Amino acid sequence: MQIEVKDVCYTYTPEAEQPKFAVDHVSFSVEEGEFIALIGHTGSGKSTLIQFLDGLLKPTSGEVLFHGENVAAKGYDLKTLRQKVGLVFQYPEYQLFETTVLKDVCYGPKNMGLPKEEQEARAKEALSLVRFPEASYEKSPFDLSGGRKRRAAIAGILAMKPEVLILDEPTAGLDPEGREDILNVCRNLNDQGITVILVSHSMEDVAEYAKRILVMNQGKLIYDAPPEKVFSDWRKLEEIGLSAPEVTYVMEGLRKAGFDVRTDVFTVEKAKEEILRVFGK
Amino acid sequence: MIRDITLGQYYEADSVIHRLDPRVKLAFTVIYIVSLYVGEGVLAFALAASFLAVIIILSKVPVSFMLRGLKSIFILMIISVIFNLFLTQGEEIFHWWIFRITKEGIRIAVRMVIRLILLIMGTSIMTLTTTPSRLTDGLEKAFGFLKIFHVPVHAVAMMMSIALRFIPILIEEVNKIMKAQQARGADFENGGLIKKAKAMIPLLIPLFVSAFRRADDLANAMEARCYHGGDDRTKLHPLKYRKRDAIAYLVLFAYLAAIILLRIFTSELIKIVP
Repeated sequence: MQIEVKDVCYTYTPEAEQPKFAVDHVSFSVEEGEFIALIGHTGSGKSTLIQFLDGLLKPTSGEVLFHGENVAAKGYDLKTLRQKVGLVFQYPEYQLFETTVLKDVCYGPKNMGLPKEEQEARAKEALSLVRFPEASYEKSPFDLSGGRKRRAAIAGILAMKPEVLILDEPTAGLDPEGREDILNVCRNLNDQGITVILVSHSMEDVAEYAKRILVMNQGKLIYDAPPEKVFSDWRKLEEIGLSAPEVTYVMEGLRKAGFDVRTDVFTVEKAKEEILRVFGK
Repeated sequence: MIRDITLGQYYEADSVIHRLDPRVKLAFTVIYIVSLYVGEGVLAFALAASFLAVIIILSKVPVSFMLRGLKSIFILMIISVIFNLFLTQGEEIFHWWIFRITKEGIRIAVRMVIRLILLIMGTSIMTLTTTPSRLTDGLEKAFGFLKIFHVPVHAVAMMMSIALRFIPILIEEVNKIMKAQQARGADFENGGLIKKAKAMIPLLIPLFVSAFRRADDLANAMEARCYHGGDDRTKLHPLKYRKRDAIAYLVLFAYLAAIILLRIFTSELIKIVP
């Protein structure tokens, strides 16, 4: 098992008499090569939870194990952990600081103590992974468009060659094309064996790519199941301020109108097949 | 860790002092400082201390909170005591090697300590019981007369309140950027001075960029809502003197008068008993 989260709690106000838990007794584990989506309403504890996995926050109680070792233990090599578990924060473009894109992407490898040639080789590889145009490598990161900034920032994490990639709302504020691009990059990386954890509240993003969904609500993990299972409970999702993908509602509607379609369908592609199956008879 | 920094140490409570007009508290601060330097002798300090004690009790701010402010000037106090104690010329009462303590030295040192303690506690009353926004409102009104001399009072007050508002935002931003760079292997804790200073670059540049971006956004948002400076601008909560403010002014001037009278009296006494 790659990552194990065991009964983790976290509170921002530990001194309060009845502390409010941002993360409340959460347990789950992650196998190598999985594509997991973590969804939940704003303030449900998703962003706090992912910071444990990178050792940026220490849980108030409970353990986080990476390859069987407790990451909060004294003397645990956090630098290596942060290299192996790449965490892309929300709006990662706000952390760009170098004079050129290439130099900025080199920052991670440089902190790992790699020789200069290796740094650049990795940076270029990472930039090509996110399909960043080579002509702009020497441009200032502050002169790029929003979507390109985002890609450059993600490359900054990829250049460290992480085993696990965690992205917090990577598509927030992007146009549909930029969104598609970023999600495709995630899928390609996952195909290469990298574990991907995608934090999102866009059900469409999640439905199309993730094979397992974790749902958080008020600090608690309330679902840990494949998408079919989670989305078939769309009433419950709506109760906690989320929703199922649009397609699921279309299928529900068709069923109500008397057509014998399956309702556990949540991607446009699958829905097309299902509708053709029923109507094509 | 950065979260712990507090500025404008406002203490939330519901008290008469909290409800007073900020201009009254401003006047109190000025008058209190003056009174501490006008006042001479045990009686004047006793009066100043008890006046302050009454205000502290009325303000419902815990004493421990007030004492916290003293911590920061503790070293300054020690240094000034040592200098005054050993370097004042006069009637010698203690002598060892090159150290000599004089009667005058002790007197000045004690006076200094009392003054400093009362000064710090007295001036912190204002910031403890007034929210930063009320404070800037008060300052704007109190210094409004400077407009005649073309001092942009409103603009300065607006800048002050925006600056205060931005402090928590920027602190949060620092936290965020710090974490993001740590995720890229940045190390802000280890290494020598130069290495540490260099490690700050990836933190400071994004911080400046975002501060400018926010400032731009705010300026646009203000203009979009027709902000055009101080002229003819009305307030949601205009400052208005009430009865309690008048009473507070009366008490305040009575206190100042008492201090001045005491000063005149004690100097008479000193003339009699040199």
